[in-house]
Amino acid sequence: MEIRYWNKEIETADREKLRQIQLQRLKSIIASALKTPFYSRRLPSVGIHSPDDIKSLDDLRKIPFTTKDDLRQNYPKGLLSVDTSEVVRIHTSSGTTGVPTVIYLSAKDLDAATDIMARSIYATGTDKTDILQNMMSYGLFTGGLCMHYGAERVGLMVIPAAGGNTKRQIQLMKDFRTTVLHITPSYLLHVHSKLAEYSVAVSDLALKKAFVGAEPHSENTRRKIEDLFDIDAYNSYGLSEMNGPGVAFECVYKTDLHLWEDAYIVEIINPKTGELVPDGKEGEVILTNLIRHAMPLMRYRTRDLAFLHKESCPCKRTHRRLSRILGRTDDMLIINGVNIFPSQIEEVIMKIPEVGTNYQICVEKQGALDRLIVKVELYSKIFMGEAKQIDNLKAKIADELKASITLKPAVELHEPGVLPVFEGKAVRVVDSRPKL
Amino acid sequence: MKIKQISIFLENRKGRLYDVCALLGKNDINIRALNVAETEAFGILRIVVNKPDAAVKALKDAGIVAKITDVVAIEVDDRPGGLTDILKVLADEDVNIEYMYGFVEKSSDRALMVFRFDDVDKAVNILKKHSIKIVTEQGVREL
Repeated sequence: MEIRYWNKEIETADREKLRQIQLQRLKSIIASALKTPFYSRRLPSVGIHSPDDIKSLDDLRKIPFTTKDDLRQNYPKGLLSVDTSEVVRIHTSSGTTGVPTVIYLSAKDLDAATDIMARSIYATGTDKTDILQNMMSYGLFTGGLCMHYGAERVGLMVIPAAGGNTKRQIQLMKDFRTTVLHITPSYLLHVHSKLAEYSVAVSDLALKKAFVGAEPHSENTRRKIEDLFDIDAYNSYGLSEMNGPGVAFECVYKTDLHLWEDAYIVEIINPKTGELVPDGKEGEVILTNLIRHAMPLMRYRTRDLAFLHKESCPCKRTHRRLSRILGRTDDMLIINGVNIFPSQIEEVIMKIPEVGTNYQICVEKQGALDRLIVKVELYSKIFMGEAKQIDNLKAKIADELKASITLKPAVELHEPGVLPVFEGKAVRVVDSRPKL
Repeated sequence: MKIKQISIFLENRKGRLYDVCALLGKNDINIRALNVAETEAFGILRIVVNKPDAAVKALKDAGIVAKITDVVAIEVDDRPGGLTDILKVLADEDVNIEYMYGFVEKSSDRALMVFRFDDVDKAVNILKKHSIKIVTEQGVREL
């Protein structure tokens, strides 16, 4: 198999060399972090007053974990190290409540993130002769824009199709001879189910590859996608807090994801004790971003569960491989690639006077796609006797939820007392999707 | 001249209409007129009964979402064009009908229809002006 490297020296550097790069970059990140309101309080409290207090990579472990809650409490500018005049881009992702988490990128940060994205794309054997149809949402979500920039850097022709409108997506694939898709696995399966409806056969398309990500999926799902479309599907991993989809990516061997260790320090911990677990053992992924200075983020608790492979990869890259994401340590739901916390939904519902306080969140599969149903009870005193009022109320709840969680759920209004009541810990989320 | 209609919020669930009717029967309440406005997920059951206040109390005690709304019961000549005559008066006088439905029984040779207007008082005055016969609450009880 032909192995192509975007940056051979870095991608195949020996582990000692990688550690040197990590240490030098960590010190530089510490310098930036000390300029932020958040880390300028937190780092001195553990004896780190300057980059020189980091003598070896082991000193990283002196730094306390940073959590999503820290980001929320320091929203919007508590982790910003530079004046906003130095910032060229922001992205946000869902917070556990109405407050999102935000990242800032300087021109230099964006350049570094784009380069890592380009490296990921190139590692799959994709090159400038390819045509990428980017079917992730553009906007505040990192998945769309960050992939777009990386693909342009490799020199691909990029079709910024964004999500939705399946008919147009298929038309674009046909008209422009798309060779690579960037898409969530569930949406890709949905696209396949629609091909017949538009009288298009897989053989009418020029697809060769898909970069699938933004939601956990199994090896079986990958195989199904590969069989249905006769393509290679490459798993990708990223999160907006770490600049989006290029944190880890599969190479042509498709045996889990090379995590770019010159750009990120990865630790796998026992989520209960915070202790490191050895390679091969499952735990929570902790990431330190080494390439973003406008908003440094160190030892970030991703809440994703995975493990690092011990064995090397035949591609000769020395960057360790991260397994598929095996689960979460919190209650975050991933619905058609959108991250949603039940607490975000609760916050919205509790502000609507026409519904009671009991609610239920149901997630199910409808064909290949996920479907979110929010069930609430009608507050009896507000009922005016008209069906129109009920319809308007349902629309209002759906709209307000969409404003918070970005996707529009189906809303069910029930009679009071119908939804289950819990005496102990309430089970508000019923996820009936098949387990991975 | 207005009569009380009870609107009941019912989710589409097997046996739900039965539950409500059984409850009313047990409380010795007689349904005089009935209509269901349905959507995919829920229905609004509208009823006119002989004892509206007792009915609402029984429903609310059972945790059922119910609301009294004012409607007008009109006697309509039971002949071709009988309803048209009334609708023409309402249209000419610019009165909006939100919905209407028929009574279970007839009063002599006239049919009884329930009308819900966006402006009930205005509608009642116009009906009176045109000598259209309206059934009172007392009248409903005595049916």
